[in-house]
Amino acid sequence: MITFLRQYFLDIYQAVSSLLKGMKLTGYYFTHPKEIITEQYPDNRATLNLPERFRGEVVMLHDENNEHACTGCSACELACPNGTIKILNKFDITPEGKKKKAIDTFVYHLELCTMCNLCIVACPTDAIKMAQTFEHSVFDRSLLTKKLNLPGSKLREGVE
Amino acid sequence: MFSLEQITTGIHQWLSNNFSANVVLVLEMTLIGLAAITLFALLGLVLVYMERKVSAFIQIRLGPNRVGPKGIFQTAADTVKLMLKEGFVPDGADKFLYKLAPFVVMIIAMLLLAPIAFAKNFAIWDLNIGVFFITAISSVSVIGILMAGWASNNQYSLLGAMRSGAQIISYEVSAGLAILTIVVLTGSLQISEIVKSQENGWWLFKGHIPALIAFVIYIIAVTAETNRAPFDMAEAESELTGGFHTEYAGMRFALFFLAEYINIFIVCAIGATLFLGGWMPFHIGTWEGFNLVMDYIPSSIWFFGKTFFLIFVIMWFRWTFPRLRIDQLLHLEWKFLLPISLFNLLLMTFIAIKGWHF
Repeated sequence: MITFLRQYFLDIYQAVSSLLKGMKLTGYYFTHPKEIITEQYPDNRATLNLPERFRGEVVMLHDENNEHACTGCSACELACPNGTIKILNKFDITPEGKKKKAIDTFVYHLELCTMCNLCIVACPTDAIKMAQTFEHSVFDRSLLTKKLNLPGSKLREGVE
Repeated sequence: MFSLEQITTGIHQWLSNNFSANVVLVLEMTLIGLAAITLFALLGLVLVYMERKVSAFIQIRLGPNRVGPKGIFQTAADTVKLMLKEGFVPDGADKFLYKLAPFVVMIIAMLLLAPIAFAKNFAIWDLNIGVFFITAISSVSVIGILMAGWASNNQYSLLGAMRSGAQIISYEVSAGLAILTIVVLTGSLQISEIVKSQENGWWLFKGHIPALIAFVIYIIAVTAETNRAPFDMAEAESELTGGFHTEYAGMRFALFFLAEYINIFIVCAIGATLFLGGWMPFHIGTWEGFNLVMDYIPSSIWFFGKTFFLIFVIMWFRWTFPRLRIDQLLHLEWKFLLPISLFNLLLMTFIAIKGWHF
């Protein structure tokens, strides 16, 4: 009987103290309205604070010489679960007269992409990455099919 | 000094001078009805806005901030939207009960308004069993909810209504016992008498620890009675898609929504009347100067200030605590709140007999 009563009042004490602890925290938040986490999106476009891991679309990195690191190995195309990426290869003729594989077009269907990041993980040369852009709405869905390698770009020396 | 009593006596005298006694009675009843409806509409707008802002600040958000400065017209815009919506009745619903239920809930909320003293000598009907009237009427509101749940012909609605029934009936017991604790001290059920007895201090302070326990139990019980989180089993969005009002849309839904907020206001008003002295200003014993300064604040401001403070506390609960399971809910009532409030009532009776309270 005594142990039961002790347990009973202990339960009440613990419940009340834990509830008060929660109320203390929310009361602190209520009385300190300075740190607001709401992003007032269209107004704060310039100072938008996106999380590091936010994924918006796949882009191919180009340096100042218009060179990229994509060898056309198709690893990303194979990794993609829903056929978002299509790589069309061409064969360049090197000065020594050998045929060499290079990408002609890196087709990326943004409308199919689920931002799963598997292509970026699969890429052996880190040629592509996820950008943080997210304002993708357009009036014509064909605009969402993108060519990721810039016109006239070529493979950077020493990537292979 | 601003006083609601002057306004009512002024209107009464003007009407008495111009009309016969029977016409005056009818006109005054109409005016009171209009005033009650206006109060309901205003409370609905203010409390919904307050709830959204309080929840936003508690969750480090901003809340409504687009319609009007700081979003103050947001609730008015929502009301217009709800009024313009189609009010349809689902196939297979019990049409009569379905249409009746929101009005039952609303009318019960209106009835509860009658004995509340909003300011000094300002109550619709200061009947001599005021507290008893309130406890009796508030238990009828479960019928409206059960009616809505049954008439919707939807398993979620019925489950929500049944939960609500179990919940309201259980928690009424401890809410009633908490109210009785104060009635024991005052020896009267009349609201004006209860307020008058707190002239030299509120019962929360005068009644020692039993009054404090009764106050806490009352707040917990009325949170459950008004179906609010953490006791919102009747709605439980994540489990029952909205509970008893799943099938309601447009203005009928708005009436349920409004009734919920009106009920919160009423239970908080009763809590303020019983424990925090109603419209009575804050007085400390024999500090004449301090008491005079407190008397200068109009009694209506005291009443609404206390009520809104309690409403804030209940909102604070809602946005802090997670929802209970139905068995935990009944466990809390029957194994904790009820025994404690029974012992508390016994203790308070003993104190009242011995005259140990101030």
